[in-house]
Amino acid sequence: MLVVKYKHWFFAFSLIVVILAALSFFGWGLKFGIEYTGGTIAEYTFQSGAPSVDVLKQELAPLNLGEQIQPVGSAATNDQGVVIRTRFLSEDDHVALKNAISNNGATKFTEKSFDAVGPVIGQELKNKAIWALILVIICIVIFIAFAFRKVSEPVASWKYGVVAIIALVHDIIVPAGAFGLMVHFGSAEIDILFTTALLAILGLSINDTIVVFDRIRENLRHRFSNKETFEYTVGKSLSQTYLRSFNTSFTVILALLALFLFGGDTTRYFSLTLLVGMAAGTYSSIFLAAPLLIVLNDWQNRKKVSKK
Amino acid sequence: MKTRLIALLLLIATLGIGWFVWKTQANPASAYRFRLGLDLQGGTALTYQADVSKIDPSRVAASMASLRDVIERRVNLFGVSEPVVQTEEAGIAAGSGAAAERLIVELPGVTDVQQAVDQIGKTPLLEFRTLTIDTTHATIKNGVLDLGTTSPQFVASGLTGRYLDLATLEFDPTTGSPIIGLSFNAEGKDLFDKLTKDNVGKPLAIYLDGEQISAPTVNEEIRDGKAQITGSFTVADAQKLVRDLNYGSLPVPITLISTQTVGATLGEQVLNSGVKAGIIGLIIIGLFLILWYRLPGLVSVVSLATYIALMLALFKLIPVTLTSAGIAGFILSMGMAVDANILIFERMKEEIRSGRSITDSIREGFARAWLSIRDGNLSGLIASVILFWLGTSLVKGFALTLGLGIIVSLVTALVVSRTYLLALPTGGEGSSVARFFFGSGFRNKVDAHDFASQKRS
Repeated sequence: MLVVKYKHWFFAFSLIVVILAALSFFGWGLKFGIEYTGGTIAEYTFQSGAPSVDVLKQELAPLNLGEQIQPVGSAATNDQGVVIRTRFLSEDDHVALKNAISNNGATKFTEKSFDAVGPVIGQELKNKAIWALILVIICIVIFIAFAFRKVSEPVASWKYGVVAIIALVHDIIVPAGAFGLMVHFGSAEIDILFTTALLAILGLSINDTIVVFDRIRENLRHRFSNKETFEYTVGKSLSQTYLRSFNTSFTVILALLALFLFGGDTTRYFSLTLLVGMAAGTYSSIFLAAPLLIVLNDWQNRKKVSKK
Repeated sequence: MKTRLIALLLLIATLGIGWFVWKTQANPASAYRFRLGLDLQGGTALTYQADVSKIDPSRVAASMASLRDVIERRVNLFGVSEPVVQTEEAGIAAGSGAAAERLIVELPGVTDVQQAVDQIGKTPLLEFRTLTIDTTHATIKNGVLDLGTTSPQFVASGLTGRYLDLATLEFDPTTGSPIIGLSFNAEGKDLFDKLTKDNVGKPLAIYLDGEQISAPTVNEEIRDGKAQITGSFTVADAQKLVRDLNYGSLPVPITLISTQTVGATLGEQVLNSGVKAGIIGLIIIGLFLILWYRLPGLVSVVSLATYIALMLALFKLIPVTLTSAGIAGFILSMGMAVDANILIFERMKEEIRSGRSITDSIREGFARAWLSIRDGNLSGLIASVILFWLGTSLVKGFALTLGLGIIVSLVTALVVSRTYLLALPTGGEGSSVARFFFGSGFRNKVDAHDFASQKRS
């Protein structure tokens, strides 16, 4: 089976992709949204055209907000506005900000959205997010080791768990790398939706890995009567399951594609991250997880032989 | 055949549920309309930090509960429809234990944050403080004790607005100036009794929001739990104070730590895009299924329709508050709902290939695919549960729709799809027409990548 035959090439490819993704994420991607850093983002639209950034800066200068102003929208669609980012604003500051923008009633505007997050919440969410990621990985690995506990021969069941960890780590680094691209070339920020996407990927991409492992488990039962090597069994299982593995991911990817293209801006980066994650998940089940089992088995055998 | 009857019933049930969903949504007065989160209908969410450092740990829960009640009373006065006032413990991820109590207030449709915060947040914290001698700055100079400060030192006595039963506006009979009458509850009465007894002849200062407003001298022990505050109030000030004190003196001081406002138009835009994406997603998934899996594919599309109807009905009945992430989770779950179907169909094909009759293949397909389906979905559930714990209401929405979706999709795949499939006419069991309809993909028959379908247990 070609995946088995060329497994080292696929491993090399995966390694390169993971390294590039990690570089992309840590090099470009570490821009945190206000949910994690604290601060304020407010979006204002103006009925009769937005004042220029300089004018706004002048108006806001006395307030000492440390603001960043970014124009958005266009006059053509009648939703010209600005996005203003500042430090955390108390309600009094918020009112002062609005007064300054409106020139005390002179300019009419609408506050499209206003988010102010204090630094305490930000830090707390960060901690929670990291905990959640660790917890999900641990739970899933335990779950797999448990679900495959009766398959101890020839590869111990806990090793299935180890392979699952490797696949999972791959499955979140790759979309994180894609996210780095989104941060660099787009306006993405690490916010709570990004964390949600990673957690969802962890939970969902393991689906395919289980489909493949499951088939391996089933075929292993008959392997002695068929006189197959472990490698052959894995290869056979792969060829029997790759199509369904791909199809199950494909429907999810179709759903995510619809979300990405037609869903609102709020979930755009979210759905794209999930898309990449699901694709990475399917790839890792077929080209990474199953072949790794073979490698583990080979190492085990080599040890046994050398002990003799 | 009995199966055909059940299949028909299921179809009718689906239509019935769909009708229910449609009707309740079309009628604006229905109690079963979809609940929309703030990011979809517009509104404000405020998060307050409650300072419980001065409260005995065993009474924190009770204090937070009464804080919640007080705030809810105020919010209701605001006239907001379906406000949400909840306490939240920040839990293990918080920095320190004492600072971990939170209050979350969600006000749908309210976009004037200032007014909301004023009404809710700036509440008078009433305290009674007793005189004490503070010796921290004291020194001895030339044999004489120098306190180092000339202003009287007041320290909190433990009697606060929590114990207040009623505040009334009275007028001094001689001067006509406004007086605020306080009447304490049973506990407060005892505390006040003790305070006045211990401090006869000494001033008992009354602080409002950290500022001293009056420091009358205690003449005698007051046992009936009633007190009066005199001061230079204007009538309007006194009225406001009485009203605020009555709405509930805050049992716990609170600070605003996070605000989120979403304008109504933005909310509507997000909602519309979400729905659009869902419908388009449904169409492309349906097309793929029918084109690739043919007859079983059609079955899974019908089964998907049942899934969607069921989910929407559950959203209305539980009810589940939909957020933008929640809708995303639902769309994602649509893609996953068909997973189980696909695994079953592929299994069915293998069985057909090995020569079984179509009906038997269907049964075998379901039986054997169950393990993979169960394990795969379980891991998705684990992730959903942890996500639910992690999140803000936005993420909770996602976790809920995803988790619910996984459970419901298990049911529809195993019960609904199975019934529909078994109810199908299978024609001549070995006929090539039947095999075409139950085959898949671009090849007419089964695919050639077969390794070993010869050995079967």
